[in-house]
Amino acid sequence: MVYLTRKLEFSASHLYHNPALSAEENRRIFGKCNNPHGHGHNYTLEVTIAGEPDPVTGMVLDLKELKEILDREITQRMDHRFLNYEVAELKGQIPTCENVARVIWNLLDPTIPQGHLHRVRLYESADLFADCYRNGAKGAA
Amino acid sequence: MAGALRIELGRRYHFAASHRLHTDKLSEAENSRVFGKCNNPHGHGHNYTLEVRFSGPVNSSTGMIANLADLDTFVNERVIEPFDHRSLQEEVPAFRETVPTTENLCIEIFQRLKSFSIAKLEAVRVEETSNNSFEYCGNPSRNTT
Repeated sequence: MVYLTRKLEFSASHLYHNPALSAEENRRIFGKCNNPHGHGHNYTLEVTIAGEPDPVTGMVLDLKELKEILDREITQRMDHRFLNYEVAELKGQIPTCENVARVIWNLLDPTIPQGHLHRVRLYESADLFADCYRNGAKGAA
Repeated sequence: MAGALRIELGRRYHFAASHRLHTDKLSEAENSRVFGKCNNPHGHGHNYTLEVRFSGPVNSSTGMIANLADLDTFVNERVIEPFDHRSLQEEVPAFRETVPTTENLCIEIFQRLKSFSIAKLEAVRVEETSNNSFEYCGNPSRNTT
């Protein structure tokens, strides 16, 4: 098994607010992230595909193809967007790193034509990230 | 669908500390041969980067595995405060008898963080420099695939 990782960056704004909680609870739990006007991040996404290299091309998955998928599914959907209001898949969810990583996994998983999605790692900043795996899978990359 | 996925929260912290690689179990000459420059009696230091990964259910009300304020407080109390700007072998009891290599540092940090009550500690990774990093995941039988 070989693990191939492609990285991309996008910038987006978001805010954390749960309408089921009081204003005070929102402020207490989410702190600065509860600012009603939102704030933004430069996100870095690492997408890891696992598979065996094709005997003819030597590739797990053609990187050009992966780049097109990531552009279509992620960049066009999320880059320079307000995640709470403009990404339908996040409606009703707090756009934390954990939830955005899960949405990205669910968007990408059905689109990978060769090999399979092994890990989605989403950095909200250099010091904060979330990893998403298929349950039971673990390990390399 | 949510049950089919496993999500981990990763957080990175930074601390600076000095250490000296030396063991009384070896002679001076052997210490010098094994540890090289790292055996310098006055010690030397690094800017360490600590990466921790925790797993657990994502709370549906907050969207979080763990609130960063809780996690940061815990890691700061358990690791950053006692290690930052310290001499590891002089000031951290675990390294009085154990060589403060970054391998052992990973294990010690894992022991200090595994009791976090909100989420399960999956891995501790320490970068001693940007070229050297070490990772410890606790009991190796944990990995089933």
